[in-house]
Amino acid sequence: MGKSYEIVAGFMPLLDSAILVAAKEKGFAQAEGVDLTLVRETSWASIRDRMAVGHFQVAHQLAPMPIAANLGLTPLAAKTIVPIALGLGGNAITVSNALWAAMVEHGARSDLDPGAAGRALRTAITGHAKSSSELLRFAVVHPFSGHNYELRYWLAACGIEPDRAIEIVFVPPPLMADALAARTIDGYCVGEPWSTAAAVAGVGHIATVKAAIWRSRPEKVLGVAAAWAEQEPGALDALLRALYRAAQWCGAAENHGELAEILAGPSYIARPVEWMLRGLSGTLAIGGGATHRTEDFFVPFAKAATFPWKSHALWFYSQMVRWGQVASASGNAAIARETYRPDLYRSALKPLGVALPAANAKVEGALLAPTPVGSAGASLTLGPDGFFDGALFDPDRLDAYIEDQRR
Amino acid sequence: MSERPLPLSILIIDENRLRAAVIEDGLRDAGYDRLTVVHDVVGIARKIAETAPDVIVIDLENPNRDVLESMFQLSRAVQRPIAMFVDRSDQASIEAAVEAGVSAYVVDGLKRERVKPIVDMAISRFNAFARMARELEEARSQLESRKLIDRAKGILMATRGMSEADAYALLRKTAMNQNRKISDIAESLITAAGLLAPPEE
Repeated sequence: MGKSYEIVAGFMPLLDSAILVAAKEKGFAQAEGVDLTLVRETSWASIRDRMAVGHFQVAHQLAPMPIAANLGLTPLAAKTIVPIALGLGGNAITVSNALWAAMVEHGARSDLDPGAAGRALRTAITGHAKSSSELLRFAVVHPFSGHNYELRYWLAACGIEPDRAIEIVFVPPPLMADALAARTIDGYCVGEPWSTAAAVAGVGHIATVKAAIWRSRPEKVLGVAAAWAEQEPGALDALLRALYRAAQWCGAAENHGELAEILAGPSYIARPVEWMLRGLSGTLAIGGGATHRTEDFFVPFAKAATFPWKSHALWFYSQMVRWGQVASASGNAAIARETYRPDLYRSALKPLGVALPAANAKVEGALLAPTPVGSAGASLTLGPDGFFDGALFDPDRLDAYIEDQRR
Repeated sequence: MSERPLPLSILIIDENRLRAAVIEDGLRDAGYDRLTVVHDVVGIARKIAETAPDVIVIDLENPNRDVLESMFQLSRAVQRPIAMFVDRSDQASIEAAVEAGVSAYVVDGLKRERVKPIVDMAISRFNAFARMARELEEARSQLESRKLIDRAKGILMATRGMSEADAYALLRKTAMNQNRKISDIAESLITAAGLLAPPEE
């Protein structure tokens, strides 16, 4: 290898930091001449601030965060681009044992079906309102997070108004299970292993999962300081190749044992290996001793899981508008669209000769079965990617989608 | 004659009570007496509503920063938008704060010259606290080393009949030959002596 690049990346202790961690620990970064340093952080705010002052060139980020930063919605926002995603899926919605018991009375089953769970929750909320003046409280990790939007999407599709029927609060991921046990909250949506944490401790029950609400759903991305990317295109290309190879390694089931061991280590998530294996295998302990396997629970590599689809960026933007975080305006939509950079992904990976999507965006929710698609190089299969309510998101009909959701 | 403006109201959130006290002292000395200090974010929304702070200072590593920022956006308790620092172009000040581990939020519309001294004070107190903690740690480890060396000397004097000066000279020579610290050599010797000691009755 000729040139060597020093890159410092911030990350949060979550299962979907796996691709960054594997890039370092399994030598994929080194093979591309990248000397990768990973720094564990305690909040998304800290990651954003340290990127703004140049401590980090890149970071593990919630997918809507760079979009929100570029829209000027967060403090100390420096321009951030997304040239690669860090996998699909990986979240779950967990409720307290008491709430689960009420939901079971109204037809919820231990199969993670979002429709049945949502209908049961709706009835349980009505029942709760008769005996208590306080709203049920659900926690998510951040206002600009997939968790916030998928919880709200699920509730709204089940006839529950997120801003009226319940209260949504914010809690850091590692503290979710404790907050549930302390009855500070009645439910939460979070990435693994923080739902497993409640299920194995016996303080909660997993009601449904992200992959069941919207299969092959975007979650975390690599946020890259735009100024750095412009100055060091070679370093970014090398890092993207390393992350692609790392994702491929993480996606192979035969590596899950080793990956779980690495992630469980003290510098990463620092929790039991068994907790990591739950999310990696998709066979979750959902509470009360029951387990359930979800196909595509967390997808690090297959189905073009690392491709930064502009339709993902626009869907997040549509939800920011839906929940009143930003005004609907064509200028804002353009900022969201330009945050994601599939062009950089393609140019960096081209030398690898691997299958790359030919399109920059797709209609989300249209694929009901695995579907081979047009791609440069080798063959590529996408989907299924359906929303549980059968909706479609066509990025070319963004305004109509936003208008439909106002009803 | 213009009325002197009321000093700004400041909320300090720090789980580290000692550091919070150090910052509080500094701000009080500088004439800021409208101070509230909390160590826990439970019930923070109510606290913010009650004290209506102009400036919030929180340690950068606090895992509840996302919770705090979310409150600025969504909670009905916090009416006014708050952003980190007054002037985003003040890059040097932002860098100094992040380096020191301070994060500050300021009510929108406040003038830079009113807020800058508070942020600067918080930065210098955070740095002073970090230096104090480092010095304390060094002092503690020096004390530990001296105890280890004393015990190792005692072992050499008892088992090999050496004088204290000779015992110390031997430890020092060994350390130099092996390019290690005297306290490391002492520790190895104590461990070895423990392993080789006759079983206790």
